[in-house]
Amino acid sequence: MTEHTYKAYDEDLGALKTLLARMGGLAEEQLARATDALSRRDGKLADQVIADDEKIDALEREVEQKAILTIAKRQPMARDLREIIVAIRIASDLERIGDLAKNTAKRTHAVSEALPRKLMTGLARMGRLAQDQLKAVLDAYAAGDAARALEVWHADEDLDALYTSIFRELLTYMMEDPRLIGMCTHLLFGAKNMERIGDHTTNIAENIHYLVHGSVLAGERPKKDMTSTTRYEESP
Amino acid sequence: MNDASPPLMKPPLPRILADRPEKMAARGVNIHYGDKHAIKDLSITIPDRAVSAFIGPSGCGKSTFLRALNRMNDTIPSCRMTGAITLDGRNINDPDVDPVQLRSHVGMVFQKPNPFPKSIFENVAYGPRIHGLCASKAELEQRVEESLKKAGLFGEVKDRLHQPGTGLSGGQQQRLCIARAIAVNPEVILMDEPCSALDPIATARIEELIDELRQNFCIVIVTHSMQQAARVSQLTAFFHLGTLVEFGDTDKIFTAPTDQRTQDYITGRYG
Repeated sequence: MTEHTYKAYDEDLGALKTLLARMGGLAEEQLARATDALSRRDGKLADQVIADDEKIDALEREVEQKAILTIAKRQPMARDLREIIVAIRIASDLERIGDLAKNTAKRTHAVSEALPRKLMTGLARMGRLAQDQLKAVLDAYAAGDAARALEVWHADEDLDALYTSIFRELLTYMMEDPRLIGMCTHLLFGAKNMERIGDHTTNIAENIHYLVHGSVLAGERPKKDMTSTTRYEESP
Repeated sequence: MNDASPPLMKPPLPRILADRPEKMAARGVNIHYGDKHAIKDLSITIPDRAVSAFIGPSGCGKSTFLRALNRMNDTIPSCRMTGAITLDGRNINDPDVDPVQLRSHVGMVFQKPNPFPKSIFENVAYGPRIHGLCASKAELEQRVEESLKKAGLFGEVKDRLHQPGTGLSGGQQQRLCIARAIAVNPEVILMDEPCSALDPIATARIEELIDELRQNFCIVIVTHSMQQAARVSQLTAFFHLGTLVEFGDTDKIFTAPTDQRTQDYITGRYG
């Protein structure tokens, strides 16, 4: 896009993008480290993740201030306006992703060494998938690529499907050995966090679509998260 | 002077036009000043009881076109027009249309408030008087009062109706000019940057007034303030280099315009 007649306007919008890029990078890192900490039961790493969440929160406040100031100063129109509104929304999704990563890290301390390793693999897979999705959507945002954002939007199905299968798996373990119920519940919440991160990622994808096309992404996203209706049933 | 047979291909209508009757329309209009081709093959439908804003960079032709809507360009010898402009379906350039009569139907408010060097009362009474619209003095007085009320000025000037109009503040003078324009019961009011000489408070009052007037009139406003166009209009037309680039619902134009040139202009990217 060509430059504004006011050069400082371009700088304002550029600064917002830079802040979001930093936020996105941090959120990715937090998610990766939280998954790692939980699957390896690394309490020290988990504490770092918990402490670093404040950085994402601070960046979100910075994005908000910058956006409000730019609106007040420039009275943005059309794509510029969408650019700013979308920046605020994406910052809020990234902040939530940060919170969910932090919450996942916290559970590291509640999950003991004694937990069978196989219980962890599903969650680790979900973590990797959520990271891939987040990275893809942040790349799409940086490139202003609505088509790629749409791919991410559709791919959230995989994360949902994985969540449903982990839900069932953990349920089975809990039935087999009630002593695992406490830890499995923590893992279940960890998996739920990953699923929620996927939902925030799709929000970002929707916002990229709005930014580029000026219209809202229509239609219901295919959902494969069946856990709300999954019941425990005794096998025959 | 003009081509009487209009090309009847209508451009696609913005959504808001679907439920509002057409008041004025242009079909295949071209305007030249000497060698300069100021308006190029322009077609547009202007709805009744709505505000249509014309925006675009200086020299894009928006004021020229606005002036063509009540034949103000007739006074410029080098100006030639072809195509058709209609008011309620009737070609305003037909030989039997009297431009003075036309302008009582299609009034105009200018950039700089230009009250006559007469009293406030006489400024408003002038039009009804020359058009013979009032049978008695009492009727004339009533019309002046009504017009001043509609223009939101009566309360401020009722005790000094016979003092000079030029003694009012800029914003009051502009509202006086609007009162003068509506005193002859026009159907269309054209406004050429009506707030560009006013402070923000006076501007807000005029905008408020425009919003009220659209209940009863067809209003066309030329403005350089994008925010003003976004605030007061329901339809926005973007002009560039003598052509109508985009005409559509204001809400759409200022959030997600279709044409890149519109986008560049309203976001401040034109060099």
